[in-house]
Amino acid sequence: MGKIPRFWGVHAEPTKLLRLILALLPFAVIVTAYLIASHVRLEANPSDKLTPSVSKMVEAVGEMALTKDKRTGRYLMLADTLSSLRRIVIGLGAAAIVGLFLGMTMGLFPGMNSTLHPVVRFLSIIPPLAILPILFIVFGVGEVGKIVLIFIGSLFVITRDIHEETRQLPREQIVKALTLGASQFQVLWQVVLPQIMPRLLITVRLCLGGAWLFLIASEAIASTDGLGYRIFLVRRYLAMDIIIPYVLWITLIGLLMDTALRLVVNWKYRWYVASQ
Amino acid sequence: MTNKIPHNNLLLMTDVYKAYGEKVVLDNIDLSVAAGELCTVVGPSGCGKSTLLRLILGQERATRGEIYVDGNPVGYPDPQRGIVYQKYSLFPHLSVLENVMLGKNFTTGLPDRILHRKRIQEEAVYYLEKVDLAEHYQKYPHELSGGMQQRVAIAQALIMKPRIILMDEPFGALDPGTRERMQVFVLQLWEEFDMTVFFVTHDLEEAVYLGTRILVLSQYYSDGRDEETCSRGAKIVADYPLARRAESTMVKATSEFGDLIQTIRREGFDPDYRQHVTDFDLKHPDAFQTLTEEEMRPNHVAANTDRHSKTE
Repeated sequence: MGKIPRFWGVHAEPTKLLRLILALLPFAVIVTAYLIASHVRLEANPSDKLTPSVSKMVEAVGEMALTKDKRTGRYLMLADTLSSLRRIVIGLGAAAIVGLFLGMTMGLFPGMNSTLHPVVRFLSIIPPLAILPILFIVFGVGEVGKIVLIFIGSLFVITRDIHEETRQLPREQIVKALTLGASQFQVLWQVVLPQIMPRLLITVRLCLGGAWLFLIASEAIASTDGLGYRIFLVRRYLAMDIIIPYVLWITLIGLLMDTALRLVVNWKYRWYVASQ
Repeated sequence: MTNKIPHNNLLLMTDVYKAYGEKVVLDNIDLSVAAGELCTVVGPSGCGKSTLLRLILGQERATRGEIYVDGNPVGYPDPQRGIVYQKYSLFPHLSVLENVMLGKNFTTGLPDRILHRKRIQEEAVYYLEKVDLAEHYQKYPHELSGGMQQRVAIAQALIMKPRIILMDEPFGALDPGTRERMQVFVLQLWEEFDMTVFFVTHDLEEAVYLGTRILVLSQYYSDGRDEETCSRGAKIVADYPLARRAESTMVKATSEFGDLIQTIRREGFDPDYRQHVTDFDLKHPDAFQTLTEEEMRPNHVAANTDRHSKTE
């Protein structure tokens, strides 16, 4: 055996420092490429709007985040963020709660499964964006329509995942609980629910991406505030100096939500992490 | 040979069949087990040992026949019958203490559960002491070794004081040393708590060492039914009373112990050794058979010779 390979091949064992450098490398490449492109284009045409310089973006963010809007008297970026967060939290939260109970009852009770499984499967295939017009017609273009879109877009994925997870609980556990005198309700509440909770958080994590998609789409089409609304509004003026920071901001919020959910699972459900 | 049926025993099964579609697994099982017995069940893999246990537990339903525990027909699983599986007996989201308390919490009404929380806890600790795990009460199942997990599972079942404890290969996943310690340990608990145990294992040595009675379940036997038309399942082909001996594992080295194992291996595990149903070695006083006339007939000779001449 020769030297341990650090990078190439299936036997590679990158050191801690190397791993950090490797992780940062693609980011550095992207940022550098952008800076060069921006520099070259602005050199040729100082009023170019497609690749604004960093200072231009900082200036734009300052305007959006730190100065009150003259018309509404609000800090626009904060107001946009809060509106969007409210929609996504209510929509995804409601989907998580309803999906949890639908999935658990379907997984535990064969009668419920026979009744609900085909219809849930059918509904889950409908592309949520295809029914967006229906939602806007039925619920109007206010808050309800957008929240319902996020709710419907996430509900069936969550339901199916929880259903599958519940079915995979060993049958032995349910029988064991019954021999310990549990009622069927206690089996659901004290045996199934606590074991499904970490899985629910993980499913919600995976649904975040879809939820953001539905949020931005509905805000783009009909809204008066929100992160998606703002991006599509300033698109008319080719305001890349606002769009790019907003996209980065959305990504950062998404990353924080994802990390928060992961930390909750690791902290509250150590037994789950250990048994995976 | 049809003995008198011992009706008053704790467990009684008569004419029990279990089939999955066309495939018969258990074939006219008759069994009666007295309270206080430590009844072990052995047999070749796939012969239906675990199926038999699940029928008694109520996890599955017999296709035909009657099963009674304490004179009542068995229903779905309930606290009358405790169970220890090879795995999945413990709830991974609960600590050791909570796992043992669980049964009491399920069956105690909410006000009492809060008022007598302390008493329930003390009771759980008592059982944990009995299985030598009191100092690990705060741990979670994934932090315990396999042997410790099974001890918690036994305490968890014991606290409900079931009429009969069913064990389905409980030590099958343990290493030989741990396994032997667990065997000694089960014998101690069995004696101390006056338990009735129905213990399924594929390990002959374990079965003979532990049991006060050993049942051999096997599909290798012969009877008067036409092989062409009938799908056979396993029957109890041997049923021995075992002497209650000292708990020392030294006994495993004696020649009697080895001889009995040899006999059982031949009777139950040898596909070429097929006793006729009327010649089974049913020595235990509680053993009985309710054979059909067709079964009791001599071997279906015509079909057999026919087949032999074809193969030769």
